[in-house]
Amino acid sequence: MPDTHALVNDFLNKLKKRKIEGSKATAKLTAELLRSVISQQRLPNVNQAGALIHAIKAIGEQLTAANPVEVAVGNVVRRVLHIIREEDVSLTAASIGGLSLQGLSDDEEDNPLVSAAAAAAAARITLRPPSLQTILEDMPAHSASAAAAQHSSSSAGDSEDKTKSTDKNSRSRKLKHNVIEAVNELIQDIATCHEQIAEQAVEHIHHNEVILTLGSSGTVIEFLCAAKEKKRSFRVFVAEGAPRYQGHILAKELVARGLQTTVITDSAVFAMISRVNMVIVGAHAVMANGGVITPVGLNMVALAAQRHAVPFVVLAGIHKLCPLYPHNPEVLLNELKSPSELLNFGELSDCMDFGTGTGSPLLHVVNPAFDYVPPKLVSLFITDMGGHNPSYMYRLIADYYSADDLVLQQRPAS
Amino acid sequence: MLLSRVSFESSEDVEDEHVVESSILAVVKNKPTETMGAKKGGKTVDDVEDILHVPLKAILLADSFDTKFCPITLERPKVLLPIVNTPMIDYTLAWLESANVVEVLVVCCSHSKQIVDYLDKSKWVNRPEFSVTTIESHYCTSAGEALRLIYQNNLINGDFILISGDTVSNMVLTEALEEHKQRRQKDSKAVMTMVIKQSKPSQITRQTRLGTDALFIAIDSSTKQLLYYNDSLKRSLSLDKTFLAENSSVSSHNDKQDCYIDICSYEVLSLFNENFDYGHLRDLVKGVLGDEVSGCKIYTHEIHSDYAARVDNFRSYDSISKDIIQRWTYPFVPDVQFSTNHPTNRERQGIYRASEISQSCSAEIGPFTYIGKGTSIGDKTVVLNSVIGDGCKIGGGVLIDGCYIWNNVTIEDGCKLKQAILCDGVVMRSGSVLEPGVVLSSNVVVGPKIVVPAYSKVSLQPQPVEQDSDDELEYADDNSETLHTVNTVENGYSSSERELSEIGIGGRGFVWSKSEVDREEEWRHSVAPIPESKLIELTHKVFDEQDSDDESDEEPPTFEKEIEATFLRGVRKKIKEEDILLEINSLRFLYNMASENCASALFYAMMKLALDSPHNSPANLVKNANDVITRWGSLLKPYLRGIDDEIEVIMKFEEMCTENGKEFAPLFVQIMHLLYDKDIIQEEAFLNWANEKEQADESDKVFVKQSETFIQWLNEASEEED
Repeated sequence: MPDTHALVNDFLNKLKKRKIEGSKATAKLTAELLRSVISQQRLPNVNQAGALIHAIKAIGEQLTAANPVEVAVGNVVRRVLHIIREEDVSLTAASIGGLSLQGLSDDEEDNPLVSAAAAAAAARITLRPPSLQTILEDMPAHSASAAAAQHSSSSAGDSEDKTKSTDKNSRSRKLKHNVIEAVNELIQDIATCHEQIAEQAVEHIHHNEVILTLGSSGTVIEFLCAAKEKKRSFRVFVAEGAPRYQGHILAKELVARGLQTTVITDSAVFAMISRVNMVIVGAHAVMANGGVITPVGLNMVALAAQRHAVPFVVLAGIHKLCPLYPHNPEVLLNELKSPSELLNFGELSDCMDFGTGTGSPLLHVVNPAFDYVPPKLVSLFITDMGGHNPSYMYRLIADYYSADDLVLQQRPAS
Repeated sequence: MLLSRVSFESSEDVEDEHVVESSILAVVKNKPTETMGAKKGGKTVDDVEDILHVPLKAILLADSFDTKFCPITLERPKVLLPIVNTPMIDYTLAWLESANVVEVLVVCCSHSKQIVDYLDKSKWVNRPEFSVTTIESHYCTSAGEALRLIYQNNLINGDFILISGDTVSNMVLTEALEEHKQRRQKDSKAVMTMVIKQSKPSQITRQTRLGTDALFIAIDSSTKQLLYYNDSLKRSLSLDKTFLAENSSVSSHNDKQDCYIDICSYEVLSLFNENFDYGHLRDLVKGVLGDEVSGCKIYTHEIHSDYAARVDNFRSYDSISKDIIQRWTYPFVPDVQFSTNHPTNRERQGIYRASEISQSCSAEIGPFTYIGKGTSIGDKTVVLNSVIGDGCKIGGGVLIDGCYIWNNVTIEDGCKLKQAILCDGVVMRSGSVLEPGVVLSSNVVVGPKIVVPAYSKVSLQPQPVEQDSDDELEYADDNSETLHTVNTVENGYSSSERELSEIGIGGRGFVWSKSEVDREEEWRHSVAPIPESKLIELTHKVFDEQDSDDESDEEPPTFEKEIEATFLRGVRKKIKEEDILLEINSLRFLYNMASENCASALFYAMMKLALDSPHNSPANLVKNANDVITRWGSLLKPYLRGIDDEIEVIMKFEEMCTENGKEFAPLFVQIMHLLYDKDIIQEEAFLNWANEKEQADESDKVFVKQSETFIQWLNEASEEED
């Protein structure tokens, strides 16, 4: 336990100090951290999934608080919680299949209603694939079924206790094992999301097209290069993405891969947009309503694209999909970085001479890291699961997240 | 390294039960270490790893060894004073941690117990790859002694970072460390790398922004070696000729700021040990530069986009607080929880709000403000450009402008505070006013409707007597019961209670009186902005300094010299009078001089010419003067617009006669006569001059007496005319 504690603290510290950059790296590290937490977690005999969920939620709360801007952390935590729930449900369903038969034969007189209800609920859950309905379903049904399952198991006779406990043990192993397997898959998914997105490149980029992008994104590089590898010939306009000028890095990379590249300033985007066939950009996070949190400057690009009816395509790995809405007060949309990225402190220290005049600062430098692009400006999302409309995002969210996990903060009452 | 050890333990731990999972665990454990290592450095993975091989240590001096923060530092060590609601030491430690420092030795001198207690409770202890060790020493009275202590106990045996606990920075150390290491490999005498920052392009900003003295340094522009360091520059500066001859490329700077972050080698400690006179950290720099024998070299590393500054006095406290609020120190800003600070929300216009704040609807919070946890603000209160700590109670109708209010301060209705510092637990009764620059130390109570005058310092501790000042000031016994509660009910103005009555009925605290020197300098180091008048003074001083920089004090100021040169050139090359006039006029505008200065300077030049041209007797000299005035007298005309200008000329000549034209002294009257004859100076001017001199000293009257007859003659002449 102290070991995981140290790991968590270390990661927390890095998040707080903003030492980890990029949602992909953050997502991967978060998933790996949670995997080690799960593997170390000692589970009680009863309500294992609950204990696991509780533990993960507690860590998740700390992690999201450490860097509220990096929503990928919360996304991965919720994904893992969802995985635990899924695995638990499928395990319960499997065991309940056996138990319910026993229960029905043994305790029919004791409380037939409960066990019957439990069996029915369990059956319903197992039958149903995780989807939109899970969200609409009330929590009580789920917990009642779990409770009922426990009740039925505990009310079983002494004779079965021993076999039960061994059964339990193997079940605990099984749950943990399954969950870790699933988390491994998740890590794999995060690692390979670039390739999966890039695979779809040929469907979107055609011959002699002009593509515009701003700043730099690993996903965009892979996407463009994948199209290039498939012998598509096209040109790329790269807006430099002030003030970090990541566009310069992107241009370098593209040229190294043999793509015809033009670098333009951010302010020239509107002038160039009429020659552009498609805008392809990366995202920081995709919100539940289909709005996107992007590197700063992209809202302007999106508006320009809309004005000239140029498709605005956002590439986003599924780990960037955030189940929260942008109006949620929990979501911190932006972060202000140091003004030194814009201005040289030495040159401007005259303006920040608080020893003269009234002592109140007249110069204020604002350096936001992100923009919010509303869903109506986005033409298409390309995720590792394929292309989607902005309006379809909520549906994807239902597939990947459980409604119970949307709020990670644990209520003080519980 | 440490991580791997941890993972080893953990896998053992789990082995007994979860045999199956331990294999998974091993994979899990190894992966994060790899990725994290790669993440930290980004593109310079190798460099980072190289540095990580040798665990980097740092010495943090948790004592300023000066009294600039008195009287607050009598009760609390300087490094624990909050800056934007977080103790200064947390900024320094957070930065050291982010700079991959593995071990920090915190040297605590005064109030060491408080620092140790604070660090014990903080989150800095029990970190796996960041250890903070405190070293207590009550006997050190200077940084030098503290370093000697470390040397004698053999606590450091490699490169280390030397930093004071009041430094705020976000610089990336990798590059500087790398440079330092490479230099060390080539030359073992390169003992130290000093971090400097370009700043303050204007002449006065350097003094007004951080309240420090001007810093003049000379650097070898190719090797970045520090050649000259002078941080107490008063007026002019003289560099040795050989100094310039020896070093092929010297660039001298007065626009650099010393960040007080030094990357040192082990030798630095031994240097401190050998030289017992090194007290202040920069004594070493000056010592090494002045010492040719040891051959030690100091280099500089300049940072550009990164931030680094040291809280040296109240002025820099103010500037750095504002820089933090303006996010120049990112990621060490209030809304990032880099240390033990509370979660804080950033709102528009640089307003930071912690949780649980109760604020009246009619209260106005201006831009660039920080409000701490659990603070309440009453109706119609205005807060501008201020930092308010945790748990403060602020009443209604209060005006707070540019103040630094620490924790648990109570401010009652109707108070007005401008540019003041209020330490923990201060109470201001209703209607009291703080003028700019006031510092109220912990738990001071200001009585109702009291106006605390500007730059006052009020403390519960009485001011120590003069002789044990300086070094001893921070060593006042923590537990001494000096909480004098005085109720001056009768408003008694007896001499002993006079000081106490200054802070009103029910007030608590001693107003510290200041020595004359302090009074002169206090505006320079105060939190309040420097008043307009002082600023003008400062600007003038700077420009005066500039003017006098390139010549010795005996010579006349530049303007006169220039005029003289112009005039002589005109005479030599026989330039037309209009052209000379044009040149003189342009000079006049360049130096922004009045016409009288021109006239006197020009006249001086003429007389000098007469004096310099060959002559063997006084009569000859008069003839020379006559020639010159006849030839060039017309030049003076445009500048003699009134009696005052003419008087100026006479006075200038007088001055000349006493100083460097003594030959003229006996001829004073004759020259005057000459000027009168040539119609250059009118009789009124002479008469006024004589009248003015009536009141002068005897010594000044020499020439008046000499020209008595001449004046008399003039007087008679004017009477005749009448």
